[in-house]
This record gives sequence, C-alpha cells and structure tokens, in this order.
Amino acid sequence: MIDPNMPRLVQLGLPDRVSRRAAMQWVMAAVAASACATTGKALPVGRTVTPQEEAAIQPAPTGAGYGPDPKLTTIYKPGDLWPLTFNADQRKLAAALADTIIPNDHLGPAAAEVGVVEMIDEWISAPYPQQRGDRPVILDGMAWLDKESKARFAKTFVDLTEAQRQAICDDICFASTAKPAFKTPSRFFGKFRSLCASAYYATPQGWNAIGYVGNVALEKFDGPPAEVLEKLGLTPAK
Amino acid sequence: MAIISASEARKDYDVVIVGSGAGGGQSAYTLTMAGLRCVMLEAGRSYDVLNETPMFNLPNQAPLMGDATPDKPYGFYDATVGGGWEVPGEPYRSVHTRKEEEFKWWRPRMMGGRTNHWGRIALRGGKHDFKPQSRDGLGFDWPIEYEDLADYYTKVEMLIGVYGENQTPELENTPNSPAGVLLPAPRGRAAELLTQKHARTLGIPVIAIHRAVLTTHLDFKNIPAKLHPGNVRAQRICAEAMANRSACFWATPCGRGCNVGANYQSTTVHLPPALATGNLDIIPMAHAREVLINKDGKATGIVFIDKTTGKEQRVTGKAVILAAGAGETVRILLNSHAANSSGLVGKYLMDSVGARLSGHIPALENLPPHNEDGAGGDHLYSPWWLYREQRAGKLDFARGYHIEMGGSRHMPGGANPVPDDMTRGSYGTKFKEDARRYYGSFVGFAARGEMIPNEDCYADLDPTTKDKFGIPVLRFHWKWSDHELNQAAHAEKTFAALFEAMGGTVRGKVHSDRHDAIENPGSIIHEVGGAIIGDDAKKSVCDKWSRTWDVKNLLLCDGAPFASNADKNPTLTIMALAWRACDRLIDDARKGNL
Repeated sequence: MIDPNMPRLVQLGLPDRVSRRAAMQWVMAAVAASACATTGKALPVGRTVTPQEEAAIQPAPTGAGYGPDPKLTTIYKPGDLWPLTFNADQRKLAAALADTIIPNDHLGPAAAEVGVVEMIDEWISAPYPQQRGDRPVILDGMAWLDKESKARFAKTFVDLTEAQRQAICDDICFASTAKPAFKTPSRFFGKFRSLCASAYYATPQGWNAIGYVGNVALEKFDGPPAEVLEKLGLTPAK
Repeated sequence: MAIISASEARKDYDVVIVGSGAGGGQSAYTLTMAGLRCVMLEAGRSYDVLNETPMFNLPNQAPLMGDATPDKPYGFYDATVGGGWEVPGEPYRSVHTRKEEEFKWWRPRMMGGRTNHWGRIALRGGKHDFKPQSRDGLGFDWPIEYEDLADYYTKVEMLIGVYGENQTPELENTPNSPAGVLLPAPRGRAAELLTQKHARTLGIPVIAIHRAVLTTHLDFKNIPAKLHPGNVRAQRICAEAMANRSACFWATPCGRGCNVGANYQSTTVHLPPALATGNLDIIPMAHAREVLINKDGKATGIVFIDKTTGKEQRVTGKAVILAAGAGETVRILLNSHAANSSGLVGKYLMDSVGARLSGHIPALENLPPHNEDGAGGDHLYSPWWLYREQRAGKLDFARGYHIEMGGSRHMPGGANPVPDDMTRGSYGTKFKEDARRYYGSFVGFAARGEMIPNEDCYADLDPTTKDKFGIPVLRFHWKWSDHELNQAAHAEKTFAALFEAMGGTVRGKVHSDRHDAIENPGSIIHEVGGAIIGDDAKKSVCDKWSRTWDVKNLLLCDGAPFASNADKNPTLTIMALAWRACDRLIDDARKGNL
C-alpha cells in the first residue's frame, strides 16, 4: 500500500528530523558550553546522561497524546490537547527568530502572523518521542541565542536590529559550513527553521507563498496547463 | 436489520461474516442481495464516514500540523481508527534475525477496516498470475484460471467504480476490461508526464493506473441490471446506492476517506446497500476468537469477545465466512484448531516486495502554480515490462514489480519543503524563494513487486503471549529469498536510471547491499496467504471456492487464500474472489445444501 501514502516530502529522502539520541548528545554539549540557561546546572560532557539528569535539564511533557481514535473533524488550536511551554519572553524570542527566517515580503506575511510560534510551542510541548527529542534542542538553542545577543550587542535577540540579528544568524544558519564554535547552535537553527517552515507552509498564507493552489473542489481535472507542458517540452493532451 | 449490539443478535442467521473490509463487505453485499440473512462481526467501532471524514481540514487545524505520531502513523487525518502498527492491548510478535525481516502488521479497529484509508489501486491479476508455478517452477499455481475470475473482476469494477484505460494492443499479463467498464482515466500530472516521456527512452511503459475513484458518476441506470440480472429488488437497492455516490471533485486526499462516496471504501459502497436489503446485522466491537465447530465437523458460528461488556458471546449461522484480514483469519483458524489437517494454516504468508527512491528534477523547479491534487492518488504507473528479458534468463530474479510514482506538488505543511543541503543555510526572503522554487521538483518512485511464497515465511501462535482478552497472539516468521532481494535492488537501479534520464539526481540512496533496498515485510500492507487455495487437500487449506477442505461451510474471503501474490495490489482480487465464493454459497443455499 504506499498508497495512502503518496510520497510526502518527508519520505522523499529529505533529512529526517534530528533523532532523540542526537538531540540529547547535542544538549549535553550545549549544557556544558552554556551552563544551561534553563536550569543553571552544568553537567559533565563525555558520559551518558541519566534519565534523572535528562529530566532535570528539561522536564519532559507528561500525559498521553491524543490516542489512536481522536476526533478528526475538530479544528484544533495549539494548547487544546496538551499544555504549552513558552513563557512571554520565549514567545517573543521565537517570534523574532521566526520572522527573521520567514519575513513579511512579496511572497506573503511573516511567520508569527500566521501562528507559527504557537505551532512550534505545541510541537515542543507534545508527549511523543520525536517532539520530546526536539524540545531541548529548541529551548536550549533559544537560550543560547539570547546569551549570544547579549555577549555581542548587550541586548536580547528581540531588541536587536535586523542587521544585528542577521550577523548572528549568518554564523549559525548552515551546519555544514558553520565554524566549530557555532556547530551546536547551527543545528538548533536548522531544526528551528525546519519547524518554522513546516508550520508556515501548513497555512493558507504559506500555500500562497509556495504556490500551492489546490484543496478546492473542481468541476473537472484537465492536467497541467499549456504553459507548464510547454516549459517541460511535453505535448498538450488531445 | 442494522448496526446492533451483541445482545440483539438473532438466532437464525444464514451466514456469519467476520470482518467488514473489502472481503467482508463484498461477501455481505453479494449474500444479502441474494436474500441470505447475515450477521457481520467487526472488531472495531462503528464509523460514520459522512460525519467523521476531515475532508477540507487544513494541516494547521490538526495537532502537530497533521504529522505522523505513534498514535496516527500515517498522519493525523488518516482514516484509521483504533489501531495502526500497534493496537493497544493486542500485541503480536516477530521472529527474525535481520532487521529487514521484522514483520509489521497494520490493523485498524473500525468499520470498513483498511478500505477506509487504502490507496484505491485496483489492478486485475493477469493470466500468468494464476499459473506462476507452471511458468517458472516456483511457488504454487492457483486451482483457477484468469478466465474463472474475469467476469467477477468486471462486476466488481462496475460496482465500486474504477478508473483506467484499456491498452491497444493489450499488454502482457495486464488485462484490459470489457469496453465501457472502466471510468475515464484522469490526465497525468506534470511529474507523471515527464516520467512517461523519459521512461520511453528506457523502454519502460507508463500508462493509466486503475484506481477505485469515480471520475464520473456511476451509470446507476444500466449497471444494476448487469450486476443482478433477474433480481429487481437488488437492482433497485444497488441503483439507489450508486446514485448516492458523487463523482470526484478533484480535491482532498483519498487516505482521509471520502464523505461524498467518490472512492471505494466498504463503508460507503458495500455496507449501505447490504444494510438496505434488511438482511444484514452488524455487531461492532466484536472481536472474533474462534470458529465453533460441531461434532459433524461443520462450522456453526463464532465465539467472540463483546468489547463493550468484556463478555464472551457467540453468534450462530449455517455457514461462516472469515474475512478478518489474512493474519487475523489465520489467527482465528489456529485458535479454533480447525481446517488444519494439512498443517498449512499460517504457512506461505506473503507481502509485496517494496522498494522506493526519491529524486530531484531541476526541470520541475519554478513551474507556474497549478492544481495537481487530481484524483488523490496516482494517475499513471508502469506495469511490469520485462517479461521477454525474464524469459531469456537475463534477470537474477523471478516475477516482477510495477512502479507507482508521485510528484510533490501536493498539499504542503508539516514538513520542511526544501532540504538544507539545497537551501545551504538560506533564511529570510531567500528561503521563501527557495521553497517556492523547489516545491514540486521532487519525484518519488515505489516498487510493488511479487513475492514468492516460501517455507520460512509463516505465522503461528506465540506459546506464551496473549492479548488483553486472553487470546493467544500471532508470531510472524520471515526470510526473504534471493528473488525478492534482487528484485528490490533492481527496482532501485531502475529508479536511479529514470532520474538520470529525466536530468535529475537521486535524493535517497541506491543501496549497495540489497538487504537495505527492501522494505519490511507487512509494511506494504498487502499481507496475503496463510491459508492458500489449491486442488489438493493435502497441499492447501482451501478448495477453489475458497471453502476450507476440512470444514466445507467455512469460507475464507480475504487475502488468506491467495496462492501467490502478484505485483497487482490485492484488494480487487480479494473482492472478485469473495463474490465468486459467495455465488457458490448462494447456489448451495438454494439447493438446500447449507
């Protein structure tokens, strides 16, 4: 059957979301580097983290998920199914970073305007393994971002100018070419950008930005329009 | 008669049917239209397609943007209720030494079973597919020919509605349908048409696939008389049910189900007319445990757990049909200690050979926005094409695979639309432009191939593990043969060649080890076999009417009787076999032989 599963982008060989194990290894490094802003405790690097220590770093969301028989026609909002995490400062920071990654421009509104911050908050607050793994990556990465902003510009990230924000982002935007000192934050940035895009393109405004024009009832289906066929060197159907 | 609770069951049913999916649905439809009184047991809850299907819901209206979780492995909106790869309290085991031999078992717990979310790919088996052993000495021949089933394929296609296109000349082992039976095939999408153009240079045909989606309204004025000659009441009920189904409006993914009835699911196509006859009772939340067999060796009913009360119940009839899905049917038979004088119950389990690869096609970048939702699944595919090369001994495996294909101009959301190695760290407007540029430029190919039944692939009862009802659970054993492994490796290489011909690059990986190329058994959800049909009671479990040799009034009407598993997705064949088996049962009933 594949079949219910028309290949989705996530199945098309695109990079997977960071595994929980990888996330934890990164958290350990981040903890050592930054004395973990969220707990104030530093942990030694180079040994396996214990479950107790893991919990101390970022208390994992508890409770069940939505189970195998959730109501599918309900319109859900972040926070309906499990409590959210971000405090007011974290929400502002996430919005500032999200809007730096997906700004308001000729392709459409900025990320925070369409609910991306709430969707990211819902994601890192969810009780499932994937999301529990992503949680410390995002929370500690955001803490690093503010710390770095203060170190460089004596302001929080939210209060930076766009140019100052970009100065930091340019150092961490691509893990493959980031300098050693920025490897860890660059993985956070990659994860945050991925979640940001996953959320933004889940909205009608995101669909418009990317060029998706479906999910509307049609009288008939004629295949690609002539200009598409022409561009591909294909003959129009008779 | 209607959807009832266990305590409301009557005492005088003609037939007890276990399962409400493709096989159970078709059985109930055929039998009740002929006037037989049936009761159907469904292990899951009742399911209201009209009110439960999230047709136009957006990804940002679902938790986690609709992404898959352990609770909903195919995504939040997938039309699967109460189960998936795991069902709470109902474990199964897999015995394997290699990771690619761990069996995965997909089990919904809902009315209509897997038909609610399936891909709707509805391919006929061909002449070769029923006599594979005669052709290459491997596996088993079926005790029937293609011609025995051809009319039933036609009837099922007319009833459920299947789009496709006959080929001139007819392709080898890829049967055409009689003129006027198939619904118009939708035009190909950009990625499919581009694949078609370049596949030609590699000698690979790309043609219209067959899927159970109504591209036009069903002809409810003429079809019913062809399906039910001489049965005016059945014709009227059939016509009403057909008239109630709408044609596809070219939006919303089929995997969510369809509340206008534009695609086939048992809950919108088979069960409503069966209920309308007044001859069908359905008991949801009824988990079948074993077949009741009397001292004369006849099946008399089913013992089941009423999940709403937790109590054991029984329901009786003059014949019993198991259509619980091959694995579950095997489990019921083994727990019944019935129909197993051959010792073959559970043996020769099969799934399809699965392999997949994705690629990036620059020609598809930056295309003008256009709507390619289409019929919610493939429009085009490649049937297996290397028959001649295989006969000439040029391939290192027997049997073949077809290619399913998909572009990526579908509903976005819940996934990063463009991988980091292509954006190379872009953010800001550049990132949004990258997303728009690459959207729709990825193509995926998937192989669905024929597995040959072997002695090492079977299910038995686990000696210690029981489910929450105290019923012994299945233990799957698996070992791929060279045929499947080499076929998966061949498919990957073919896909890579296609991407190259299209001027693109492979995004996934062509594995150097063929063991890494094949997908896990069960994961294609084409589990069939386990109680194969044959013409020798010592070498098979069922006779050519899908009746068990040992218990003649016990029929298996799901995938369990399959003696081979052609690359043709099994659902259409399950329905055709069920209709044929039930016609024989009706004949027997009329002659007073029940």
